[in-house]
Amino acid sequence: MSVLLELHDVSRSFGGLKALDSVSMNFNFGEVVGIIGPNGAGKTTLVNVITAVTPASSGSVRFNNNPIQGLTPDRIAQLGIARTSQIVQPFPRLTVLDNVAAGAMFAAGIRSISDARSCAMQELEFTGLARVADKMAAALSLADRKRLELARSLAMQPKLLMLDEVNAGLNAAEIDAALGLIRAIAARGVTILLIEHLMKVVLNACSRIAVLHQGKLIADGSPEAVVGNPKVIEAYLGSKFAERQRAARDAT
Amino acid sequence: MSKLVRSKLIGFVTALVFLAVFLLFPWFANNYLLRLGTTMLMYSALALSWNFIGGFAGYPSFATAAFFGLGAYAGGILQNKGIPAPLAWLSAGLLVLIFAVVVGRMILHLKGHYFAIASLVIADVLREVINGMTDLTGGGMGLNLAALKMGVTQQAQFFYFSMLTVAGFALITTLLLDRSRLGFGLRCIEQNEDAAVRIGINTAHFKTAAFVLSSTFVGMAGAVYASWTGYIDPGEAFEVLISVKPIVMTLLGGAGTALGPVYGAFLFLVLEETVWRNFLNIHSGVLGLLVVLLILFLPRGILQASLWSALGRLGLRMIEVIRRQRPQS
Repeated sequence: MSVLLELHDVSRSFGGLKALDSVSMNFNFGEVVGIIGPNGAGKTTLVNVITAVTPASSGSVRFNNNPIQGLTPDRIAQLGIARTSQIVQPFPRLTVLDNVAAGAMFAAGIRSISDARSCAMQELEFTGLARVADKMAAALSLADRKRLELARSLAMQPKLLMLDEVNAGLNAAEIDAALGLIRAIAARGVTILLIEHLMKVVLNACSRIAVLHQGKLIADGSPEAVVGNPKVIEAYLGSKFAERQRAARDAT
Repeated sequence: MSKLVRSKLIGFVTALVFLAVFLLFPWFANNYLLRLGTTMLMYSALALSWNFIGGFAGYPSFATAAFFGLGAYAGGILQNKGIPAPLAWLSAGLLVLIFAVVVGRMILHLKGHYFAIASLVIADVLREVINGMTDLTGGGMGLNLAALKMGVTQQAQFFYFSMLTVAGFALITTLLLDRSRLGFGLRCIEQNEDAAVRIGINTAHFKTAAFVLSSTFVGMAGAVYASWTGYIDPGEAFEVLISVKPIVMTLLGGAGTALGPVYGAFLFLVLEETVWRNFLNIHSGVLGLLVVLLILFLPRGILQASLWSALGRLGLRMIEVIRRQRPQS
């Protein structure tokens, strides 16, 4: 498998705090990789480092075999890295259609507004938002605004799509719909980096899971291997619980 | 959708009527009205210009006076060196454009109030510089411009059409921008700059472009103004009201709309002139009060207001006032 995004020894500090501590990992073409970890583990910082919103303090980031550290966030978006964020960021007084068209226009390099709009309409249909295309973005429900964010990212025609807790705040039915959507996006050949707290989503959608804890990468492998990894259990549930579980396993 | 088409058609017809009125105006107006018309066109040019940076990009610029004064002095000095007036005006516009690129690069990373203050200071700095360069600019004594060799009425018409040209180009630029990629990007920046960066908009370039657009027509209007009045001094050319008035006009008409600034300039001038005539001693106070009331009740400008929502807001406010007074009595 060829590598799309390569992180080598990436660190990011905020003052004395190491939010990312020598993280090295690869993302291959077409993979769906889940990033999990307790609150404050550095998941969102990882996304911010890749998109250069908060550039890496040290280490190298390569995308499509080209180094991308030092580039500005808008340039990185144009290269084909898109993201959604935990807190939705629509253009409130543009229509849903124009919100998505903006993504097509400025990241995917479609020059004319009408071409951008027709590209946007396809993504609205794909994400199930075509019915609200003419509404102002501010008028949408939270679930629809999350979809809008997704549709806008897709209109950017990204090679790598990073989803930062797209399912937070959604109910069970909405999560099932979102899960179907994530699979459909993966089927289009987009590499996905999925930050998620809901294990149901992670285990269902991801081919690989990486675990961050206090800025360090403590596990990276198949979902089964990661879930059974004692270091991961320790990070989530504490050392006492991990010991007790180990003891229980040894006893049987 | 048909409603949209109809409102666009109405806008187009109104614009045509306006154009005809403006072109034929000098043949019907006396010199007083012609002076008012020229002032209105100058105000339009300033308001349309502010709309690029303040309305489209959402950056509250107070740099209008700086561009105006710089354009006035550049045009005046060039004209006194023997360069024909129209060429001097164009050169002034070009100089202001270059100035705006440099200054824009320096201050456009600031946001909100910080940007407003930085842009406000430019005029003060330029005023002191011009004050100091006595040999070139006449300093505090002001600068007299050589009079044009024309009759009084001819001259009034000449400056009317000159201002009409500047305002016309500002309006055409606005209409083009409204439909362009640049305009689209500026609207995105105005609504959510972080998201704009995230979808690949080079915000530094886009904002600089808007700032430059907001400068060059103002510079030309300033140069025309200098030739028109025949005398400028630093206090008048960099007057802070030159920065404030276009903002009020644009807000009155509707920020971010194409024709709003023109309607706003017209409305503002009518208000200014009527108030000045009828309340000679307290005219600025009355004008200020009127502007506050208009903006309170029409916060998105006359173009984006419906009578009902305005009346509704008035009603709500009265109920609120009554409710507040009741417990006290």
